[in-house]
Amino acid sequence: MDVILNGEPKTIKSDSSILDLIQLLDLGDARIAVELNLEIVPRSEHSTIMLKAGDTLEIVHAIGGG
Amino acid sequence: MTNQGSASSLVDSPLVIDGKTYQSRLLVGTGKYKNLDETREAITASGAEIVTVAVRRTNIGQNPGEPNLLDVISPDKYTILPNTAGCYTAKDAVRTCKLARELLGGHNLVKLEVLGDQKTLYPDITETLIAAEELIKDGFKVMVYTTDDPIIAKRLEEMGCVAVMPLGAPIGSGLGIRNPYNIRMILENATVPILVDAGVGTASDATIAMELGCDGVLMNTAIAAAQNPVMMARAMKGAVECGRDAFLAGRMPRKLYASASSPIDGTFF
Repeated sequence: MDVILNGEPKTIKSDSSILDLIQLLDLGDARIAVELNLEIVPRSEHSTIMLKAGDTLEIVHAIGGG
Repeated sequence: MTNQGSASSLVDSPLVIDGKTYQSRLLVGTGKYKNLDETREAITASGAEIVTVAVRRTNIGQNPGEPNLLDVISPDKYTILPNTAGCYTAKDAVRTCKLARELLGGHNLVKLEVLGDQKTLYPDITETLIAAEELIKDGFKVMVYTTDDPIIAKRLEEMGCVAVMPLGAPIGSGLGIRNPYNIRMILENATVPILVDAGVGTASDATIAMELGCDGVLMNTAIAAAQNPVMMARAMKGAVECGRDAFLAGRMPRKLYASASSPIDGTFF
């Protein structure tokens, strides 16, 4: 199924949790934050929230800035 | 010797933001550095304890092992101040702050900046006020970037912002403190820390901000865009300390005409 990840379409397996996606992206240990359909998903819920086709995700991190 | 120069009167009270005490009055950004090593060295040299970061999309599938800024600037060592740079609406700024809070494990101190246009990067005050209200209601501790308008600065303070940060000049311009009289007016009315944010170009600009009585200075480009950022970071550390001391010492009054430093009495000619 397809989701929109950071503005780009991404094909993932059905029955994927947010954690599955994070691990697929090799971001398992990274300091990131996840937003699903404009709602923050707390880290504690990454493994329990399942993705649906058409979901929009943002995965962000901290970078240099003033 | 008078008591005025005694050691006890040479002690400053620390900067307090949202109940937390800081020894350094210099806050620095982490943007525009050549690499993370330079970032780390410059920030160490600056002595800053509060460090700003931006929140952006993670690179997907590119350089998975890439070092992360927060591995270099550890939240255990520094107070991380996520910003809302690049936001032109209250909605985007609030969304960014919520992501930052999640990213930093519930840390709720943020630097709110809502910009008006790309050319000036001047704050959009209408949107800033809306965002500040919403963030404060949601439990955020807001350090707010604003214009040097004393009325707006006071309003932001009254809303509950934990620090008000008027610009000295446009972001990244290096033009220095363009309206010291407005900064003074803001300081006169303030009961929360006032920090000059943006506009500092070189060490003397930071000193001027502190001599006016500001509680601190926040800068990024002045250090990162120097030919030698690490040395400029050290210069800024000294400049902020010097300006603070000069403010506390209380400068002599300005006079139009001369006043001899050597006594007239006892001249033999």
